[in-house]
Amino acid sequence: MSIVTVQLGQCGNQIGFEVFDALFNDSHCPGGLCSKRENEAYQASCKERFFSEEENGVPVARAVLVDMERKVISQTLSKAARSGRWKYGQHSCFCQKQGSGNNWAYGYSVHGPRHKESIMNLIQKEVEKCDSLSGFFIIMSMAGGTGSGLGAFVTQNLQDQYSSALKMNHIIWPYGTGEVIVQNYNSILTLSHLYRSSDALLVHENDAVHKICAKLMNIKQISFCDINQVLAHQLGSVFQPTYSREGSFHYRRNPLGDLMENLVPHPEFKMLGVRNIPQMSENSLAYSTFTWAGLLKHLRQMLISNAKMEEGIDWQVRPPLSGLPPLGKMSVNKETHFNTSIANLVILRGKDVHSADVGHHRALKRVLCAEHLKIQLSILPG
Amino acid sequence: MTQSVVVQVGQCGNQIGCCFWDLALREHAAVNKKGIYDEAISSFFRNVDTRVVGDGGNISKGKICSLKARAVLIDMEEGVVNEILQGPLRDVFDSKQLITDISGSGNNWAVGHKVFGSLYQEKILEKLRKSAEHCDCLQCFFIIHSMGGGTGSGLGTFLLKVLKDEFPEVYRFVTSIYPSGEDDVITSPYNSILAMKELNEHADCVLPIDNQSLFDIISKIDLMMNSGKLGAAIKPKSLVTSSTGVFKKRQEKPFDAMNNIVANLLLNLTSSARFEGSLNMDLNEIIMNLVPFPQLHYLVSSLTPLYTLADVNIPPRRLDQMFSDAFSKDHQLIRADPKHSLYLACALMVRGNVQISDLRRNIERLKPSLQFVSWNQEGWKTSLCSVPPVGHSHSLLALANNTCVKPTFIDLRERFIRLYKKKAHLHHYLQIEGMEESCFTEAVSSLSALIQEYNQLDATKSMPVEDLPRLNIAM
Repeated sequence: MSIVTVQLGQCGNQIGFEVFDALFNDSHCPGGLCSKRENEAYQASCKERFFSEEENGVPVARAVLVDMERKVISQTLSKAARSGRWKYGQHSCFCQKQGSGNNWAYGYSVHGPRHKESIMNLIQKEVEKCDSLSGFFIIMSMAGGTGSGLGAFVTQNLQDQYSSALKMNHIIWPYGTGEVIVQNYNSILTLSHLYRSSDALLVHENDAVHKICAKLMNIKQISFCDINQVLAHQLGSVFQPTYSREGSFHYRRNPLGDLMENLVPHPEFKMLGVRNIPQMSENSLAYSTFTWAGLLKHLRQMLISNAKMEEGIDWQVRPPLSGLPPLGKMSVNKETHFNTSIANLVILRGKDVHSADVGHHRALKRVLCAEHLKIQLSILPG
Repeated sequence: MTQSVVVQVGQCGNQIGCCFWDLALREHAAVNKKGIYDEAISSFFRNVDTRVVGDGGNISKGKICSLKARAVLIDMEEGVVNEILQGPLRDVFDSKQLITDISGSGNNWAVGHKVFGSLYQEKILEKLRKSAEHCDCLQCFFIIHSMGGGTGSGLGTFLLKVLKDEFPEVYRFVTSIYPSGEDDVITSPYNSILAMKELNEHADCVLPIDNQSLFDIISKIDLMMNSGKLGAAIKPKSLVTSSTGVFKKRQEKPFDAMNNIVANLLLNLTSSARFEGSLNMDLNEIIMNLVPFPQLHYLVSSLTPLYTLADVNIPPRRLDQMFSDAFSKDHQLIRADPKHSLYLACALMVRGNVQISDLRRNIERLKPSLQFVSWNQEGWKTSLCSVPPVGHSHSLLALANNTCVKPTFIDLRERFIRLYKKKAHLHHYLQIEGMEESCFTEAVSSLSALIQEYNQLDATKSMPVEDLPRLNIAM
C-alpha cells in the first residue's frame, strides 16, 4: 500500500526532499547482509510505498509539493532531478507568488480556501496513481505561515475528502530560543486544529535534532541540510518495510496502519516521538560494533529517562516497581523525569534480528523486524 | 516572486536612490553570470526591449535586453534628477517615471505637502499605477526621503497617504533620514515633526537613519584604513561605503559614502526575499514579526561587517565578532544604544556562508546581555540567505524594534518646542493654504503619544515576569 506525502512550506519541502533521498538510497544501497531475493523484495516494497514508475524507468516520488512562493520548490525539484536516480513529478507542485508572511491566519483563512481546488486536485491525481492507499504523510513546520496555517487547512480537507485514509502529520517544533517571533501563536493554532483532524502527530524538535548533530554526528558547522538529513534518517527507519515476528518473510503492507494501531490506542493521545539508536556519522560507523543487548539497554534507558539521544542519558532514573510503594528516599523531582508513555513500538533492523530480546517492559506492544542492511532501532512512545 | 517599487523623493531621497540602483545592478551582475532575466532581478528591474516604442516592450523571460528600474523619481527642483539622467545610470531610469518642478519647496513642509501635493496628486497617481501595472505581483513600496527638508519631508509623506488609499494591500517601507544635531536647515524640527505625524499614521514600517551616525561610521572606517595596522589590508570592494570597487582616497561627492551605507541596508533587507537560502524571510514577514503594535513600527538597523579584511581565512571568532558588533551602539545607523534599552523584537538577517549553528550559538551567547520585553522573551526572527553581498563572504543586518529610538524623538520634540515657543519662522508655514496652528499642535501631540508608549514599555523593564496562574491537569 502506498503513502502519499504532502510537503508544505519551506521546511516541509526541504525535509521532504531529504526523506525521499534517504528512502531511495537505503533501498538501493549496494552490498548487504541478506540474500538477493530478500533485497529485491525490500526494494519492491519500498518502491510501492513511496515511488511510482515513470516511462524511462526513473522513479517518481509520490509527493505533492505546496508552497506559497516559488524559490524553495524550484530548488527542491532541481536537486531531485540532479541526482538522476529519482525525481518529483513535474506537475505535482503548487506555488504562488507571495508567501504567507509567517501569518497562520493567512495560510489557513486566505490561501487555504483560495487554492483549495488546485491543491486537492493535485493530491487526487497522486492518489489515483496508487493501487491502494495506506494514507497521507504531511510534512510541515509549526512556526511559519504556510506550513502551519495551510497545513492545518489541508489536513482538515483530507479528513473530509478521504475519511477512510489515515493521516500522519510530521510537525517540526521550533527552537526554544526563537526562530520566528510569532512562533508561539502559530504553533498553538496549528496544534489545536491538527488535534481534531489528524490521526497522529509525529513531532521532531529542532533543538533535539540540533543536539544530535552537534554531539553524536560531530558536525562542526551545522546547517539545515545536516539537520534534515538526521531527521530523514530517523523517518526512514520508521517507514521502511518491516515484517512481523510471527509472520513469514513477507513485508507488512500497511505502514501507517501498523503505526497507528500500535501507537494511538486512544484518539486523544496522538503525539508521537522517535528515538533512534545508533545515530552516528558515516565515518564513525566503521569503527563501531554493536550488539542487540547493548543497543536495547541504551534504548530502554533513553525511553525511561526521556532522553532524545544516546549521549548524556541519566542512568539514575528507574521506573517505579509496580505494586510497591515508592522508596522513601526518592525525591519528587526524580519521579517527574520518568517517562510515562502510553504505547511503544520497537522496530529492529539488522543482522540476527530474531535473537534480540526486547525484554518484558510493561507497555511494549509489538515488535516489527526487518532483515536488511542497516542496524536501526527505534521506539516510539505515545 | 514579488516585485517592489522604489519611490525616491527630494534631493536626499534621489541621491540615496541613485546609489541604491548602482549597487543593485552590481549585485545582480555578480550573481547572475549568464545574463538571464530571472526572478531575482525582476523584483527591482524590468526587462525591456528598447527598440519597441511605447509600452509594449516588456520581456518577462530570456536574456536580459535592457534593464529598467522599478522606480519613480520625484523632486520639486530639476537639478538632482537632471544630474542623474545625465550620469552613468541614465539608461536605467525610465524617463516617463519622473515628476519634477522648477522652484523647489524651500525647506517648507507645507509647500511640499499641501501645495505640491495637491498640484501633482493626479500625476503621482498615474506614475504609481503605471509602475504597479508593470509588476506581476507588487508587494512593497520603498520610499526614500529626508525628514528635514521640504520636498522629501512634505511631498514624501503626502505620498504615503496616497499609497495607502490607492494600494492598501501593498506594504509601505519608509527609509527616513532624520536631521542630526548640527543640521544646517533651521526649520528642520518643524518639517520633521509634521512629517512624523504622517509616518505614524500611514507608514507600515520606518527605518530611521541619521546623518551623524553615518558620518561616525565613515570616520571609523577611514581610521581603520589609515592606521596601517599590520595585516589589516582591507579588500577595496568590500567597503560598505564603496560603489565603484576602486578605493578612492577622497570620495568625489561628499555624501556618496554615507548614501552607500543606506543603499546596502536596503539591498540586505530584500536579499532573503530575492535570493535563495535555507531559511527565507520575505518582506511581509519583517512587518509581521517586528511590529507588535501598529504604532510602534520604527526599526533601528545596523549593518556588519563594515569592511572585510583581505585575509581569506575567516575563523569563527570573526563571525562571532560580526554578531557582537551588530548590537554595539557604534554600528547602529541612528543615535541609539539598543543594549541598554528594551527590545520588543529583533531580526537577524544573515547573508553568505553562515549556518544555523553559528546563528544559534551567537543568539545564545548574546541573549543574556540584552533585555527583552516580558511578553516576548524569545523575540528573535532569523533568516539565512546563501548569497553574500558583493565583496564580502558573509554579512549581517540586524533590525531591532527597541525603545532606544525614544531619545531621537525626544530630542526632535525639544528642538521643535524651542522654535515653536517663539513662533519663529511660523509665518512661512501659515501663509500656505490649508495650514493652521492646529496642524503643529496635533503633530507634536501625536509624537508625544508615541513617546509615551515607549515610556510605558520602558517602565516594565525592571518588573519581574508575571507568572500567570495555569490550569492544572488532573492525572
